Formats: sequence, C-alpha cells, structure tokens
Amino acid sequence: MASARGTTIQDGVTFFGRVHKKGGILEDERWFAAALLFPTAVLLGLFIAYPFFEGIWLSLTNTRVGVPGEFVGLRNFEKVWNDSIFREAVWNTCWYTFVTTVIKLILGLWLAQLLNRNFKGKALVRAFVLLPFIIPTVLSTFAWKWMFDPTFSVLNWMLFHAGIITTRINWLGDPDLAFSAIIVVNVWRGLPFYAISLLAGLQTISPELQEAAAIDGANGWQRFRHITWPLLLPVTLVVTLFSVIQTFADFQLVYVLTGGGPANATHLFATYAYQIGIGTGLLSEGAAISLAIFPVLMAVVVLQLMYIRRVETR
Amino acid sequence: MARTTRRRLLQVSGTGAIAAGTGGLAGILASGRAPAFAQGTSLHWLRWNDFVPAGDEHLRKVALPAAEKALGIKITLESIGGNDLAPRTTAAIQSKAGADIIMGFNSTCQLYSESLADVSDVCEPIGSSQGGFYDAIKANNFDGTKWLAVPHMFGPGMNVYRKSWFDEVGVTSFPDTWDEYRAAGKKLKAKGHPIGQTLGHTFGDAPGFAYAYMWSWGGKEVEPDGKTVAINSKETLESVKFMTAFWKEALDEGGLAWDDSSNNRAFLSGTIASTLNGASIYIEGRRKPAQYQTEDGKAMADDMRHAPNPKGPAGRVHFHGTQSNMLMGYSKNQKAAKDFLRWVHTPENYGPWFRVEKGFASGPTKSWENDPMWKDDPVMLPFKDTAATARATGYAGRPTQKAAEVLNKYIVVDMYAKAVQGMPAEDCVKWAEAELKKVYAV
Repeated sequence: MASARGTTIQDGVTFFGRVHKKGGILEDERWFAAALLFPTAVLLGLFIAYPFFEGIWLSLTNTRVGVPGEFVGLRNFEKVWNDSIFREAVWNTCWYTFVTTVIKLILGLWLAQLLNRNFKGKALVRAFVLLPFIIPTVLSTFAWKWMFDPTFSVLNWMLFHAGIITTRINWLGDPDLAFSAIIVVNVWRGLPFYAISLLAGLQTISPELQEAAAIDGANGWQRFRHITWPLLLPVTLVVTLFSVIQTFADFQLVYVLTGGGPANATHLFATYAYQIGIGTGLLSEGAAISLAIFPVLMAVVVLQLMYIRRVETR
Repeated sequence: MARTTRRRLLQVSGTGAIAAGTGGLAGILASGRAPAFAQGTSLHWLRWNDFVPAGDEHLRKVALPAAEKALGIKITLESIGGNDLAPRTTAAIQSKAGADIIMGFNSTCQLYSESLADVSDVCEPIGSSQGGFYDAIKANNFDGTKWLAVPHMFGPGMNVYRKSWFDEVGVTSFPDTWDEYRAAGKKLKAKGHPIGQTLGHTFGDAPGFAYAYMWSWGGKEVEPDGKTVAINSKETLESVKFMTAFWKEALDEGGLAWDDSSNNRAFLSGTIASTLNGASIYIEGRRKPAQYQTEDGKAMADDMRHAPNPKGPAGRVHFHGTQSNMLMGYSKNQKAAKDFLRWVHTPENYGPWFRVEKGFASGPTKSWENDPMWKDDPVMLPFKDTAATARATGYAGRPTQKAAEVLNKYIVVDMYAKAVQGMPAEDCVKWAEAELKKVYAV
C-alpha cells in the first residue's frame, strides 16, 4: 500500500516526497530515460547549443560591441568571402590541419608501437611522453617562441655552433618558415594524444594473434598490415576525428607564436575571427568567420563517422 | 515534519535577508545580479601593466590611497597585459558588468562609443586649464561633438640609438632624412649592428613605425572626407619601394616577427644600433647599469640618445601611441568615477606619477612641456614636445571606427611587410587599397 511517506520499493517509488505507484510515469522506460538524460541535455543546451545558435544569429546581424544589431541576411558572409585575408586564413587552416594530422598520425603510430614494447623504465617514459599534452599550451608556446626568436633563437645558436648555418634563420619572420614553425609546435603538442590513445588501442589486441601470425611465417610488416592496422583502425579514426576538430579550431598556439603574422601568413579561422570580433569589435563578422569553419568540419565529421560505422559493422 | 516548499524557502530567506539589510534571495533572484555589500562607493579601474613598473607601484602605494582619502571612495586598480584589454572591454560591454573605468589605447574608444559615458564635463576643464590637449590625442578621444574618454598620456616613440656605433660609421648626429638613415643603417648593418624595427602583428611598435613612415612620404589612408580611400598614390608607392631596399640594406630582417618587447631585448643585448620605441629601453638601461653594458664595460644608458623620426618628402611625422580612461556607460558610479578622473588630472596628483614615468609618459596637454622633470636628463629632452608632431590613424580623415578596423587588421603594416617579403611594390599598394575599400565601403 502506498502511504504519503516511507513507502517500500514494492509499493511505489518516492520522488521529491511524492509517491508514484508502480506503473507510474517513471515506470515507463521512455520517461525514465528522458528524466535521466535531462541534466545532460540542459548542460549541452546551455553550453553548446545556446552559444552555437547565438553565433548563427550574430552572424546574420550587424552587431558591434555594445550595439545590438539588425538582421542583415548573409551580408557578413559575403563580406568575409571577398576578404583576401579570410581566404588566406581558409587555406592556411585547411593546409595546417591536413599536414599536422598526417604527421601526428604517422609519428603517433610509430611512437605507440615503440611504447607498446617491454623495456626498462616503460612507465616513466610513457609519463614523459604525455608532458607536451599536459603543459598548458600558452606556456609551452611561449617556450617555443623563445626558441624561434629571430634574435635569440637557441636553435640558431646550436646550428651556428655546429657549423651548419652562417647567418641567422628567420624562423618566425619568413612566411614559409613561420608556417612550418606552427606546424612543428602543433605536432609536438598533439603527438602524445595520438601516441597514448593508439597505445591503448594496441593493448587491446591479443598478443596471441601476433604470435600465431609469426608462427605462420608473417614478418613484422605483414603482421602490422594484416593484424594490427585493421584492429586499430576504429581507434585511429576516432583519434583522428578529435584531432581534426581540435586542430581546425586552433587558436592559442598561433596567437602566441605569430599573432597571425607575418603579413597574415599564419592566420587561422580562430585567430582571424578573434582579430575581427574582439580586436575590432565587429562581433557579427567575427561570428561569420567562426561559423565558416562549421560546414567544413561538419563534412569531415560526417564522413569520418560514416567510415567508422562501416569499419565497426564489418 | 513540515515540508518546506520552494515558495516558503524564498519567503523565509527573503525575510532573513531583509533583516540583514539586503534585498533577500528573492530580491537577488529578481534583480538577476549579485548583492553589493560594500559600505561606501567603490571603483574598479582596469589598466595595462605599465612598461615602467614604477608607475604602477606609484599608483598603488601613493596615488590611490591619497585619492581614497580625498574622495572617500574605495578604488581597486587591476592591471593586465595590454593585449588583454580588448577582450576584457568587449566582455564587460556585452555583459554590462565589469570595471567602471577601463584604459584604452589610441582610438579604441571610438569602437565603443555607444557604450561609454560622455566625459566632456571632465575633459573640457582639464584642457582649458592646462594649455589645451594636443591635436592627435583630442582626435582619438573626441567624436566631433563629445569626449568619449579622458586622455591620459602619450607614449611617444623616439629613435633610441647607440651614439658610439653611429660615431664609428662617421654619423655624428642622428640622420635627418630617410635617405641619410638608410645610408647610415647600411654601414651599421655591415658592422653587425643593424637598425631594428618590427613589421609584425603587434599593437604598438608596428603601427607606430609604419603609419608615421607612410605619412612622412605623403601617403594617406583616406581623403579628408574620411571616406574616399587614397592610399594608392605615387607617394605611398615611393615609400613602399624605399622600404624594400631600406629593409634589406639596413634593418634586422628578423623584425618581421618581432612583438613590442623584441626590439627592447635586441637593443639592450647589443644586437641593434637603433630602434623606434618608447623611452622604456633607456629607462631600463638607466635602472640597471650593471646589467646592460657596452662592449667595453660601461653603462649602456650612457651611450644611448633619442632622436625624432627622419624627415620624408612630406616632413617629419610621428604616430605616438596614446592612452585614455573610458568611463563605462554601465557603471553605477558615474559621479564617483568622474570625480576620480578629475582628481587624477589635477597637476598636484598627475605630476608625481608623470615624474615617476621619467618621460615614458608625456602629458596629454601642452602645459606638461614646462614640467621641471624635463630638466633632469638631457637624453630625455626630445620627448618633451614631440606630441605636437603626432597624427592619429585615419589620416587625412578622423580616427573613426573604420580607421580602427584598418589599424586592427594591420593593413598598413602588412602593406610594407608584404613588400619586404618580395611582393612587388605596386601589388602591395593595390592590395592595401582593396582592403581599405572593403572596410570603408560599408
């Protein structure tokens, strides 16, 4: 029997002092699932959906700092599309993401294979490998900035004293070298994420499969090609997906290292959006630049998710 | 046991809080803002980290305690990196909450004009009683009808140079024209001491150099109407062509990646012979004579001199950075903030801070040219009246929001940066013209 309080499980369920009899609203799995999902949905709505839709609305208005805007349709997108700096930032972002992702994937796979072996001090080495990922990006990028400093570069100093160069290399002043520099720092920072994630994937592969293949006469490359790689592929795709999203929206690294210079050679979507939205106060244009990332990222994510699903259902 | 409903909780807590002298939880929830418990009025002043740390120290230890005593208000000074002021200001304006007074660089107050309090009643008496504001600082802070911010100081840029190194190459006084400077720089670079200047994306030194250089050749962003883009001129083109050769022959080519502090480090480490900068290099050298020395072990500051920009075909011009204090429109302490800003600018209160700055800061009004501080050190004398040669961005128009957009996009700086990277001069000027037209078209 259900009383106002102190009911038993058999009798019903007490929520906030009210009693729902067996077969009440929360006994229905659909409602119960909805109730459990509600807090998450609220959080996602507040911190993901609301800023996203607010960003879309901003990009369709002529809002400036402190001045509520009016609807202007796609005018901001038209303006940024005709902006040569924006086009440079689009190219930079795509190329930067592609190059760093490929390098991180190759090196990460290689590093994961090495770390998967048994050697003395394995735990310590694995911990050290994570350091670039753990250190706050701004701090580590400042250290890199010193290493690439046009005047005081320790890299130049070493190369000079090793007799490899006779004049200073203008690491951050030359457009190509500056772009290479941001790639190097991104790879350095992102490599541990690949290595450790892929290492976790490698450790789920049964050693018996490798041993059986070895007994059958498969060499190292064949074992990797036909056993390790297919089994590691789902993890690799997920890691790559996260990495692409993070790299596409990279900000701190470029902002600290080059500020988008020299002459916009290293501007990415995020740094240019910041310059326009915050530096110049054109919030709607900044939002339009930021949102220009969305279709590209969306396409990448959809393609990758489709591929992951295909791999998993094989 | 009696149940407590949400309605009852609000009533009870509201009653208790009213008893405590506040609006209660219900009131707080209704108002949507945090309660204020301060006994009296308090002001929050947001500034940058001064390049002369003694200036901030003076404000904290001497000036603000005196102001609190005189005005009966509590003042909190918060100092952050100069590059962080823009995001903080934007966030404050959008949320209508934050510091009461925020420092602005150059013409940034024009960007936020709709969100600032009219401070004409503060500025007009200061100007009229102190010899008048200089044109450039007035242009930056006045929108044609009212004052948007209270001008605080110039941070003038002068060419700080190593006298002995210039003497060594037979240049006994600082070059008077760009041609002479290029010739001297060529000799200095050959000796391993180039001129150092940034053309990077950095808020102070890069536009300070590039804009003044362009103006001295007769180049201009727009016509006096403030709308017609005029950068694609014979004068600008000549300046770009000259810069390409000047950079290669006389300048440290690493400057493309420098930020505002890079030339300070390069100069004080004995790498470069000359650079356009605020007085901070000299002040730092003077402060630490044992740390910064010449090759023969003497204090480097003794070998430093300051000189104005070389003349171009259109004369000698400077882009001197300015700073101002913006009274935010959302501030609930308008009267207290205005009283404080008036207090700051009285000669007896501004003077001690001005003297601590030792010339890094020049006064916003002309009367400060007569301050006895200028007699202390002849090396600082060129800073005394240089503010009169300054122009504001957007020349030959006004420093409008469009001009601020051009400045923040580094279009003028990048025009020269692209040229020294190898783009033909004509293409650089056309690129800048196209970018400017997009900005001024809307």
